[in-house]
Amino acid sequence: MTSAVTQRRRQSKYLAFLIPVGAVVAALLIGAIMLVTLGANPLEGFQALLKGAFGSKDALIATALKATPLLFVGVGITIAFRANVINIGGEGQMVAGGLLATLTALTLPDLSAWIMLPAVLIAGLVGGAMWGAVPGALKAYFGVNEILSTIMLNVVAVQLMNYLLRGPLIDPGELERGTRIPQTARLQEGADLPLLFGDGRFHIGPLVAVLAAIAAYILLWRTPLGYRLRAVGLNPDASKYAGIPVKRTIVLALTFSGAMAGLAGAVLVFGSESHRMVTDGSTAGFTGSAGFNGIVAALFGGLHPIWTIPASFLFGGLLVGGNAMQRAVQVPSALILALNGLVVVFVVATDRYRKRMLARDVRVDAPEPLASASNSPPTGGPEPPGEKDAS
Amino acid sequence: MLEMRAITKRFPGVLANDRVDFDLRAGEVHTLLGENGAGKSTLMKILYGLYQPDEGEILLNGSPVEIHSPTDAIDLNVGMIHQHFMMVESLTVAENVALGLPSNRGFRTDLDAVSERITELGTRYGLKIDPSATVWQLSVGQKQRVEIIKALFRDANLLILDEPTAVLTPQEVDQLFKTLRQMTEDGRGLIFISHKLHEVLALSDRITVLRQGRITGQVPVEGATRESLARMMVGREVKLAPDKPAVEPGRPRLRIESLTVLGDRGDEAVRSLNLEVRAGEILSIAGVSGNGQREMAETIGGLRQPTSGAIFIDDTDVAGKTPAEIRAAGLSYVPEGRMKNGCIGAFTVSENLLLVDHQKAPYVKWGLFDFGVIKEHSAQLVKQYAVKTPTLDTTARSLSGGNIQKLILAREISGTPKVLVASQPTRGVDIGAAEYIHKRLVEQRTEDTAILVISEDLDEVFALADRIAVIYEGQIMGMVDPATTSREEIGLMMAGVHPETTSDRP
Ligand SMILES: Nc1ncnc2c1ncn2[C@@H]1O[C@H](COP(=O)(O)OP(=O)(O)O)[C@@H](O)[C@H]1O
Ligand SMILES: [Mg+2]
Repeated sequence: MTSAVTQRRRQSKYLAFLIPVGAVVAALLIGAIMLVTLGANPLEGFQALLKGAFGSKDALIATALKATPLLFVGVGITIAFRANVINIGGEGQMVAGGLLATLTALTLPDLSAWIMLPAVLIAGLVGGAMWGAVPGALKAYFGVNEILSTIMLNVVAVQLMNYLLRGPLIDPGELERGTRIPQTARLQEGADLPLLFGDGRFHIGPLVAVLAAIAAYILLWRTPLGYRLRAVGLNPDASKYAGIPVKRTIVLALTFSGAMAGLAGAVLVFGSESHRMVTDGSTAGFTGSAGFNGIVAALFGGLHPIWTIPASFLFGGLLVGGNAMQRAVQVPSALILALNGLVVVFVVATDRYRKRMLARDVRVDAPEPLASASNSPPTGGPEPPGEKDAS
Repeated sequence: MLEMRAITKRFPGVLANDRVDFDLRAGEVHTLLGENGAGKSTLMKILYGLYQPDEGEILLNGSPVEIHSPTDAIDLNVGMIHQHFMMVESLTVAENVALGLPSNRGFRTDLDAVSERITELGTRYGLKIDPSATVWQLSVGQKQRVEIIKALFRDANLLILDEPTAVLTPQEVDQLFKTLRQMTEDGRGLIFISHKLHEVLALSDRITVLRQGRITGQVPVEGATRESLARMMVGREVKLAPDKPAVEPGRPRLRIESLTVLGDRGDEAVRSLNLEVRAGEILSIAGVSGNGQREMAETIGGLRQPTSGAIFIDDTDVAGKTPAEIRAAGLSYVPEGRMKNGCIGAFTVSENLLLVDHQKAPYVKWGLFDFGVIKEHSAQLVKQYAVKTPTLDTTARSLSGGNIQKLILAREISGTPKVLVASQPTRGVDIGAAEYIHKRLVEQRTEDTAILVISEDLDEVFALADRIAVIYEGQIMGMVDPATTSREEIGLMMAGVHPETTSDRP
């Protein structure tokens, strides 16, 4: 009986993992139909996509760099979702993190990288954390819906960025030349993200993101705090009963989530090739929409920080390869956006089935007629194999 | 009048009825007795046409019948009172009774005639009810009367009552039993489902016991005892009342002083309530649910804020404090809703055992969980408290109610609390598990714990209590000694009648 139970559970976890993959395949199929309608050869197109994403060292590097902010944000999303909090504020939190990190680099004197680098990364962390803590507190103490408040704070963040980069933080050179491009001066070199593999672009950002994912995994399943986050997410009533400070835990969930996004913002600034913070007036101009796409990566990864690593990489590849496909088969760039949108829609739409699959438990014993109140907030994602978890 | 032969019904993974034979004679009460999940409701739903049997046949008055739906059942004069009532709350009693009746006046039903008949049936069977009352205004007991009237209205000769007493006060149960006897005297046959042994003995003519879908005994009521029935239900010898070693109660450890608490609707659910529980004693609160006991327990546990009053654990006033502070002061609390508050269904057995202590040493080292220690600790508790679970990593929600309750109890008692509050500790729990839980509660008295047990089950109250406090409308109606009181006395107090002769307060 026991083995049958575990086998059934394993099976359903396996299926649960296949669902998002199936969603992507379905999205690509529709994409293929669209390509055909536009008169392009879909096979050729997808070949170009694959090659552009994973076909060469350059492609892999581009993909890894594209995946980095997705992974940071996605990891933050898994933390929030485990506490049953939905964070749509990744965009704003990235901006806030980027801004605070930039301010730190501009304020501090020239220091060695050993001090500067941690300083700006922590500043990014703190900036994002603050931008997450506010909606967290609003939700916990005033019952404000976090979906609304995080979205609104995205708007606040972008206006703040535009103001600061056009005014107080603008590169003095831009003022002298009168070009007034809203960007900071080149930030101090001590804060440049170190480059790896002798490549001109590949910095340590992807590595930091993977470390963040591992740290989030440890936080969630190996520490009392993570236990609380999950407990509050699954059953706030029981958590309160057991003495867990539910409200504080909700604030913390959004704070951590924001911190991860803030780190993504800092990495974008100091890993950029121009080593400045630049705005084109929109959030997406700075974040590349990673604050939203990271949510999809996290869902794709089954809301598990470790699985979010490959999910981000794949999704990053889709974004990078999409551009290559556009060039290869000469389709309008809007198609790439549409393709990404389709993936998002399919992954999100099938997510409830994945969740239901995971929630499906095999009864060991006669059920309990009085057992009421089934709670089904996000359940465990597909766990990495070999994980002997306490979850 | 009824014969069910070799009925077999399978659900995915469960054999709910395994070749069950069951019969009923006119004018008798035949009881189906069994633990939760034994298959009683399934058998009766087959008879009422809600399920189709996989095998077996049903004979009514000697001829085989096929019952495909409740409509078929009603046409065959079979009626059923469900565990959960099925009525339209916003309609009147008469309208509810008339619902679905064939009309003799085109689209309009003659409600006056219906009302008249209701009153008539009511007088005959002692089912007093006002036909023009709206259903939502009725008490649970009154709603049940309406259900019975509905069945009688449809000329039910054979009436199935699925755990009808679960929701009633002792007085209402007495009244119901009178009604039922009146019905058997008129030649109707009744199938009564229950797992309350004293009720079964009081009402039945014959008793059939089911265990795991199979019949384990069929006996006439003469000669049956609670012990013999429990043995058939559980499959082994059962001690219904735990042995209670004498423990000399010490100083008061839990003191509640003029506590007032608002209920969910903003009314005063607990009104200036005073209570004292001493070290080494079990004080049981008896009362019909909805008289403030839930609110009182939640307030002691910190889940609800009092509007005034004090709650002392030893010398600390914990009224209005957070659950964490109250636990630190020495409270353990087995809550009424075991899935709502008592555990996290999606967490494993091991994780649930850690719910309160998850940040304490030795479970946490250098900020990280020490799974070795945790596993050892939970394995020990699972063994010590006889929690039946395949592994420590099984989710709590896949355990049975009794095992979940044992899990909660294990967690709450293991810390040797100063005060233990247990709300409905064995509601919906198997006899075997209940027996075990009672034993642990009684044992806990020797640890100098002050134990407050809140229960609607008078059997449980009598089995456990050193003193019994009866609660009514948010106040303690009286305090009685279980050795000198009677069910009747407590029943009256539960219904709000002041005790004439207050038993000497121990
Ligand atoms: N609709 C159903 N689907 C699947 N299993 C069921 C269903 N109804 C009852 N069961 C199972 O059949 C068994 C008997 O249930 P039930 O007849 O309700 O027991 P009882 O009324 O004696 O408590 C239980 O194991 C229960 O899980
Ligand atoms: Mg039943």
